[in-house]
Amino acid sequence: MLSYLQHMVKDLKGYALIVVFILLNSFQTFAAPDGKALFQANCASCHNPLKDATGPALKGVTGRVPNKEWIYKWIKNSAAVIASGDKYANDLYNKWNKTAMTAFPSLSNEEIDAIVKYVDDYQAPVTATAQTPAAGESKDSGDNTLLYAILSIVLLIAIFVLTQVNKVLSRSTNVKAGLPSPKDVPFLRNKVVLAILAIIAVVGIGIWMTNGADLGRQKNYMPEQPIFYSHKVHAGINQINCLYCHSGAEKGKHAMIPSTNVCMNCHKQINEYTGAETHPLVNLEGKKVDGTAEIKKLYDYAGWDPVKKDYKRNAAGEIQAKPIEWVKIHNLPDHVYFNHSLHVVSGKVACQRCHGGIQEMDEVYQFTDLSMGWCINCHRETKVQFVDNNYYSIFQKYHDEIKEGKREDVKVSDIGGLECQKCHY
Amino acid sequence: MSKKQYWKGLEELNPTTEFKQKASNEFAEELPMGDFESLATAPASRRDFLKYLGFSTAAATLVASCEMPVRKAIPYAIKPENVTPGVPLMYASTFMDAGEAVPVLVKTREGRPIKIEGNPDSPITKGGTTARIQGSVLNLYDATRLKFPQIDKKEATWEAVDKLVTTALAGLGGSSLYLVSSTVNSETTLNAISQFQAKYPTAKHVMYDAVSYSGMLDANLSSFGKRAIPTYRFDNAKTIVSIGADFLGTWLTPEVNAKQYAYGRKISAKNLNMSKHYQLEGMMSLTGSSADERYTCKPSQYGAIAVGILNALNGGSASLTPTLNEAIKKIAADLNAHKGNALVVCGSNDASVQTIVNAINNAIGAIGTTVSFATTNNSKKGNDTEMNAFVDALKGGQVGGVLFFDCNPVYELANGKMIGEKLASVKLSVSFNDRMDETTQLCKVAAPSNHWLESWGDAEAFSGYTTFIQPTINPLFKTRAFEESLMHWAGNTVSHYDFVKNYWMSKLGGQVAFDTAIQTGLVTTNEVTMASAAFIGNVADATSKIAAIKGGKYELVIYEKVGIGRGGAWSNNPWLQEMPDPITKCTWDNYVIMSPNKAKELGAEHTDLNEVERPKHVFSIKANGVEVKLPVLVVPGMHDEVVAIAVGYGRDKGVGKAAYAKDVKMGENVYPMVSKDANGNASFYAYNVEIATTKEMYPLAITQTHHTYQADRPIIHEFTFDEFKKNPAELYDERKHEFEHFTHSFDAPHGEHGAAHGAAAVAHEPSKADDDWQKAYRENGTLYPNHEALGMKWGMSIDLSSCIGCGACTIACQAENNVSVVGKDQVMKAHDMHWIRIDRYFAGDPSKPDSIQTLFQPMICQHCDNAPCENVCPVNASNHSSEGINQMAYNRCIGTRYCANNCPYKVRRFNWRDWNEADCFEDNVFEDGRRDDMNDNITRMVLNPDVTVRSRGVMEKCSFCVQRLVGAKATAKKEGRTMRDGEAKVACQQSCPTDAIVFGNVNDRESNIFKIRYEEQKERVFHVLEEIHTLPNVNYLSKIRNTNVLSGAHHKEEEKHESVKA
Repeated sequence: MLSYLQHMVKDLKGYALIVVFILLNSFQTFAAPDGKALFQANCASCHNPLKDATGPALKGVTGRVPNKEWIYKWIKNSAAVIASGDKYANDLYNKWNKTAMTAFPSLSNEEIDAIVKYVDDYQAPVTATAQTPAAGESKDSGDNTLLYAILSIVLLIAIFVLTQVNKVLSRSTNVKAGLPSPKDVPFLRNKVVLAILAIIAVVGIGIWMTNGADLGRQKNYMPEQPIFYSHKVHAGINQINCLYCHSGAEKGKHAMIPSTNVCMNCHKQINEYTGAETHPLVNLEGKKVDGTAEIKKLYDYAGWDPVKKDYKRNAAGEIQAKPIEWVKIHNLPDHVYFNHSLHVVSGKVACQRCHGGIQEMDEVYQFTDLSMGWCINCHRETKVQFVDNNYYSIFQKYHDEIKEGKREDVKVSDIGGLECQKCHY
Repeated sequence: MSKKQYWKGLEELNPTTEFKQKASNEFAEELPMGDFESLATAPASRRDFLKYLGFSTAAATLVASCEMPVRKAIPYAIKPENVTPGVPLMYASTFMDAGEAVPVLVKTREGRPIKIEGNPDSPITKGGTTARIQGSVLNLYDATRLKFPQIDKKEATWEAVDKLVTTALAGLGGSSLYLVSSTVNSETTLNAISQFQAKYPTAKHVMYDAVSYSGMLDANLSSFGKRAIPTYRFDNAKTIVSIGADFLGTWLTPEVNAKQYAYGRKISAKNLNMSKHYQLEGMMSLTGSSADERYTCKPSQYGAIAVGILNALNGGSASLTPTLNEAIKKIAADLNAHKGNALVVCGSNDASVQTIVNAINNAIGAIGTTVSFATTNNSKKGNDTEMNAFVDALKGGQVGGVLFFDCNPVYELANGKMIGEKLASVKLSVSFNDRMDETTQLCKVAAPSNHWLESWGDAEAFSGYTTFIQPTINPLFKTRAFEESLMHWAGNTVSHYDFVKNYWMSKLGGQVAFDTAIQTGLVTTNEVTMASAAFIGNVADATSKIAAIKGGKYELVIYEKVGIGRGGAWSNNPWLQEMPDPITKCTWDNYVIMSPNKAKELGAEHTDLNEVERPKHVFSIKANGVEVKLPVLVVPGMHDEVVAIAVGYGRDKGVGKAAYAKDVKMGENVYPMVSKDANGNASFYAYNVEIATTKEMYPLAITQTHHTYQADRPIIHEFTFDEFKKNPAELYDERKHEFEHFTHSFDAPHGEHGAAHGAAAVAHEPSKADDDWQKAYRENGTLYPNHEALGMKWGMSIDLSSCIGCGACTIACQAENNVSVVGKDQVMKAHDMHWIRIDRYFAGDPSKPDSIQTLFQPMICQHCDNAPCENVCPVNASNHSSEGINQMAYNRCIGTRYCANNCPYKVRRFNWRDWNEADCFEDNVFEDGRRDDMNDNITRMVLNPDVTVRSRGVMEKCSFCVQRLVGAKATAKKEGRTMRDGEAKVACQQSCPTDAIVFGNVNDRESNIFKIRYEEQKERVFHVLEEIHTLPNVNYLSKIRNTNVLSGAHHKEEEKHESVKA
């Protein structure tokens, strides 16, 4: 019963994900729109409920604007509202340096209501104390190791004492019976001992070498980056959707580091870091980082003149931007083909599954070891979206088995997920 | 049976000890243990062994323990809107080469073109390509291209060039100015030229084609009043007669011809229609090898044959050799029987011969049905008379200035040497060529133009069917479009893009129309309409001129290689140089091809030395007062008194490393042997040739016997059209007879096994009782378990009747899969890496050239479901996927080569060397002088980033383009739908101009491949070596030849139930 319930819960989770996904794509919905998800997908890159960003803080928006209809019109096509000569709209437009708001013609009134409800009800999150799960885990395992070690030593001593006792006793019985006692072999010449030692040595050296070589894996790799970019500030505190910047994750094999013009969508307006009190930025060496200075660095790369509020351009009118040379953290060998979009779109795998709690990381580190064993294990354990994705309708045999109750689910490994040429060619 | 019926070469027909040894050896040569010989023979080998062991352990530790390098991830500063890293973009453009213009789609990755596909929307080419089109992307990255303009061979700026040229042009005064080019059929280019001529009224524009069609054009002018080449419809013709025209290989537009030709010959048990193709020729050409009936003759007889056919149409008779007379009679009868559905073409550049051919086409009602002057083929417009006038003016010192665009007369003309000498005295000489070739290095100014992949433009290869060129990459070097240079000098400083855009905006009517045209690459997708024309040619005059042609003892055919093409301008393309010639299977060189009889007579007969060993006898050939010394290559099917040599060799050092290797000239230039005929047109036949033997030997890299399988079993099945019509199921019945007994073993000891595995297969395989024996054979023929393919099961079908052996697939595969070029020396060691080897088999009596019939069988990994290679791999690097693919995991391979040894099809290729700097040791890359540019940083941009570049010591082979399958599956999966048939195309299939290759999911009953295998072509299907139970996922369709006698199968009647033996 319990497992069945768990199964149900898991399924429900799956459906929730699908709903979010559908909302993200602004298709027709069959469930109540999720204001939070909609806000994060569409609005969060420019708006914050509580603070002014590229656009104004949105909490309490219903009280400010002329009427509810106005909000619908404005969100669906702000340019048209401005062009119609609406006073409030024009004032707002001028106040925000004539920054045009992206039109969202595909959002329904229902969805807009949900967003507005979400921002109006929004409460500042209570700052959670920073957690260091890695350290915690290692402490736990350390405790156990010690326990086992002590136990083993005690047992070993017991074995030694018992064998000695056994030896003495058998010798005395031998003497009594008049039998000759076997010659004492020095401990280190005992063949059994030698064999055990040899085995321990081989296994030990093997483990040591395997660990030592580490095969180019870089778990926990956290290099210093040219700009102190905090994922926690962006994806965590300001709740910007991962896919806003890493838009390639839905389209192709690379998740894509955004180019400077994507950064500038928001940072044209946001030119200082105002969260230093609630969330001070601290680098690896424990030094405080000035967030505003880091934004300045971005301006240098992007070719943005914060004083003139315009790009620096050359004679041909091209923006004088230069790319940011980030240090690559997640490295796969050249002979590995990994496609983000397949995992994100059709696999519906959350970013965090491989990248860890990225929304809690100021500086990103490699969360998993990205080894082949790790990939394979996930392919063994993960179910494919077998029923929901029509692609899998060709696997008639599995569908039959599910219908007949012989099979609960289809794992990635069942559809060839462990084959060499899934990833290597 | 003792004698082979199908053989790759004479050495196989009359097997020598050497051949037998070679065929049975695992490797074509001794293992390259040279470096280790001292180790093997050393007296203290144990110590040395320990030393090497210690060294390699230390080296491996060092390599493994190196710190991970810091890698950078550098995003775009400002990302172009359409580019998503990792996702390819296709652009419609047009492949341009002299007058040849083929609509294509260019695949780009992160802004660099990596693969060319045909544009399937084109009503003319219908997506057809050739090996050259496939290989053209490599020309873009050619390291030898000029990187900046030059004046007197010193780097200059474009401003300096403009200043120098405009000053010189102004100073020319009245003295004559020439613009010499290959065929130009682009409206905007012609417009730019006329702008230039408006500014400099003395400028004359002269067009010529390296391999001239001028005589044919002249004949068409006098026959139909139009100096143009008509469009042909080979698909409408029931009878096709070609007199020396290699229309599938090099003649006019082979990609168009081949497509049409194949469609007239797609035969199945339900559709018993097939054209009949007669070929009369001197040399063994690609087209001749596909012919149903082939007759050899001397090129001097082409005219007489045409006259003979024309007379025979009206009941007359010819007076040539008895065989030819008989042939002419037969052909004329066939032509008469198919009036309005027949076509005669001729490869001769003699206007008189072409006039007679026009008269024949007129007489058989071809004009308006298979030949049309309403839409003309503008890919050849050169005029030899005008070119001769230019050369005369140059000789007479009357030329003040000359500009060379897309042509290389110093190399390509018979009197090129003289032209080169005279250029020095011309005041202004400019070359727009892309490299320091023979002409450019003698010009004062080198003003390199863009490659077509970097250009805007348009082309009208077929009138009314303009195609557009759009750049897929910024110019790699400081080059400038030819049109832009011309207009600059004419005082118009508009950019080439604006010029093209403005021209077409006004012509097409606005931005939207222009954008659509650029996006699709085409202006119209309407089918070509055929129109009649009145024949006004002078047959009597032509007949008398033909009667005056005197043949010689030996005659010479100067031809273009199918791979190198275009008069040899592409000599520096290593892919094309290493592509085995379809007929000779020779790479990297030119040579004299000769019949076995003649070679024997002259002492170069097929000795062991001549055939299996590489060095060939060198002969001296003298024609038109020019003597060259070239090795002899014996090819069955050559006329006994005809020899043939290809152009495109003997290039200058400036052309590049692949054309001029290691400071040694490769081959000889035979353009000087081209003569002028009575009408002033270039003749590529020499009628008086002297042949002399020499004592020299020269090695040729021939792949003919590489990867030969020792087959005493049937490999090919061939039937005559009549046999097939009579009993289409002959092959099917034969196979059934051979395997049927497996159905009875369901209850035998294997029964349990068969039933267990049978259950899974039932749902996915055709359940017709008719095909039970196939299933039974699959399950009961082995002890190994059957591989289940629950979702996809990939399969390929290759139609031997459609395959013309052109090699487009080989190069497409090379481009798609980063297949390495290895160089001549390594080809000689059988280290060639091509994943598709096109086995060319001859049948017939080598001493009777007319009896030779040729067959092509593309051989790739068969992706066996019971693969012998998989069982022997000690590390499981070769294994089977659930989709029926025989997978090769490169990074798992340790190079034991057991798999290659155990592969019955010999399709596995081993990386004997580090071809591409792919391994972790530095300075380990193989260099031989010829292929070195392949590792140039610019050239490497051609590599497909989705395919691993293999390192030394691993095995590789066809992967069924798994990266494309993964890509197509990913798209379908993301869209939540099943895959459509044809969504995943493999590279060879997409490139094939005759659609001989069909690929798809066999589990999908709606798919083309399923229908071919189990419905439409069931009767023709066979697998190679299927009796050894490899269960290949590649099937072949039997060859059907529209003839009465099969040279390869003349013992058929005697062995009723045995198939044709290879």
